[in-house]
Amino acid sequence: MYGNAIKLIFKTVLVLFLSGCAAGRAYLPDDVPPMHTVREFSDDEHVSRTRDPWEGFNRSMYKFNYEADRFVLLPVVAGYEKAVPRFARTGVSNFFTNIREVQTFYNCILQAKGKKSVKTLGRFLTNSTIGIGGLFDPATAFGWRRENEDFDRTLETWGVGTGPYLVLPILGPNTARSAGGFAVDGGVRWAIMNAIDPFGGTGARTEIEAGITALETVDLRSRESFRYYDSDYPFEYYMVRYLFSQERELAIIR
Amino acid sequence: MKVAGTMLICLLLLMPAFAGAGDAVYGYPIDNSYAATILGTPKGLRPDFHGDVPVKTMVLETDRDKPEFFFYDRGLRYTVAFQNRKAPLIFLIAGTGGSSRSRYVLALMANLYHAGFHVIALPSPTFPNFIIDASTTHIPGNLSDDAVDLYRVMEKIWDQSKGRIEVSDFFLAGYSLGGTEAAFVAKLDEERKVFDFRRVLMLNPAVSLYNSVSRIEGLLDRIPGGPRRIGAFYNGVMAEVTDFYHKGDFVAIDDDFLFEGYKAQLLNQDEAGGVIAVSFRIGSAGMIFASDVMTHGGYVVPKNRNLKNSDSLDDYFWTSLHLSFLDYFNEYFFPYFRNRRPTLTKEKLLEELSLRSIESFLATSAKIGVITNEDDFILAPGELDYLRRVFGPRLKVYPCGGHLGNLEYRDNMAFLIDRLRSSTW
Repeated sequence: MYGNAIKLIFKTVLVLFLSGCAAGRAYLPDDVPPMHTVREFSDDEHVSRTRDPWEGFNRSMYKFNYEADRFVLLPVVAGYEKAVPRFARTGVSNFFTNIREVQTFYNCILQAKGKKSVKTLGRFLTNSTIGIGGLFDPATAFGWRRENEDFDRTLETWGVGTGPYLVLPILGPNTARSAGGFAVDGGVRWAIMNAIDPFGGTGARTEIEAGITALETVDLRSRESFRYYDSDYPFEYYMVRYLFSQERELAIIR
Repeated sequence: MKVAGTMLICLLLLMPAFAGAGDAVYGYPIDNSYAATILGTPKGLRPDFHGDVPVKTMVLETDRDKPEFFFYDRGLRYTVAFQNRKAPLIFLIAGTGGSSRSRYVLALMANLYHAGFHVIALPSPTFPNFIIDASTTHIPGNLSDDAVDLYRVMEKIWDQSKGRIEVSDFFLAGYSLGGTEAAFVAKLDEERKVFDFRRVLMLNPAVSLYNSVSRIEGLLDRIPGGPRRIGAFYNGVMAEVTDFYHKGDFVAIDDDFLFEGYKAQLLNQDEAGGVIAVSFRIGSAGMIFASDVMTHGGYVVPKNRNLKNSDSLDDYFWTSLHLSFLDYFNEYFFPYFRNRRPTLTKEKLLEELSLRSIESFLATSAKIGVITNEDDFILAPGELDYLRRVFGPRLKVYPCGGHLGNLEYRDNMAFLIDRLRSSTW
């Protein structure tokens, strides 16, 4: 069931990609020219510096995510929030956040951030033990603030450019680099899971792992308040793209 | 950092009233009109209440044929907060470019709900969702047309809500352009009597739509390079703000951060005015584009173009941002209405877009009141005196607050609610 959903997503992405990356241009040869065109205002400095050569694909993916939200994810999230009490949902969130500490840890090491990696390791060990497998977050209560690192940030410190803007299915706004980073972090996680193989003896390893991935997706979506097209602003796509790059800039220089 | 932010707000509280000798008791702390407009009211000075507000966004389905491009728009979205007992019902109209969930709508909604009202909030007729779904002409700005559209929408929503709530009386309020529109809706209600409003409040309204917009647009004349350089101006301001953020130990772009910026005089007077005008332009760009697509007006989008979701709008966005509301008025709005009424002159149309066109109604209707500020920059010279003359004791003027900056201040909120309830002014 979950596997089928993934296949469907990949097929849709492929179709969208093959249908052309370039966005339809604003003015076509047989158009009646409007009263005002962008040429009049080309002397002003542009605000967005995000490169977006795949805009047509990105806009289609933006719509796809809206539909996926509307017909699949948000109804599931609503059911989840109704059926599962808040303290249990917090536990689930803590659990997945704790697992992501592993990712922060090795990326801190790759970025040679010694202090942060020690702190993250400390958090992970504390929350995994005293916090009962990560269900609770006593480390934050002890005053150890959570750090967030991923392979995208590692690539950044290694001097790799962000690459073009890329809207991914389900995951939403990204850059080519952050998409690559996500794939690498996903791969590392898969390798670790394979090595530990915690569900190996159950005879239903694939199903359990798919269930966990599904739960993690629902948890992430339920914590994100953003809704596609919710602003009713016709240029929302550009506002989101701008805010995405701005937020990264603020976070990165920190 | 939190502590520092709190301390800053305390310091603001301790500062002497800037407002001038006559009104030394008024405690709203920001005496600069642009700063007040941008910052609003510090959290600690807003009314203090407990308990959740049951805010819900609803859809009024309109089975209108709309361009495929607006596939995500499934009807007019309005927002409600209902009591579970019999109570007065108030309709709210948002300001220019605002949705039914804009900052000030939600603030009014929460306060009025706690004061015992059922609340129904509508987007501004200049908001794309309204232009697409509820506007008969799809060309916003004509106050009497917009009032007819608003009234029709209010009737439909009332039909939808009737079964669920018990209502004792009807009230109406709007802010900014929504305040001006509330006056025109009240006049319509005087003839149709569907609601027979008990009280109508206009909060920081425009007297003349054209004058107010000219004044906001005029703020861009004072930025480097003028209105054609809003992109460069915006980048410059963002660079300053980002730099300030990095130098300080801020955790988020929040109230604390904004007040620190104000304290450090991060933006000068012209820059603060420019920020207000640019945010107005962002709203008006959406309005111009949505209207043009709906009417195939050929203003910024080619007339014969049927836009698809995957089409790039970047050029249309950039063009719409650089068109002023006055361009829209002269090149798009006025020609459209002159087409329908060949004898219409520009002067006549300007008169219609002003409270002056319904002055005799406003002067005699005891139910309508106005609350505004001495330093509200959307009022042209002489317009405050005009309001004094027409409304007399039904006008309340605060010494400072800019445009809506003091709306959430607890004295203002208490006064506003008291005026709705009381039978005298």
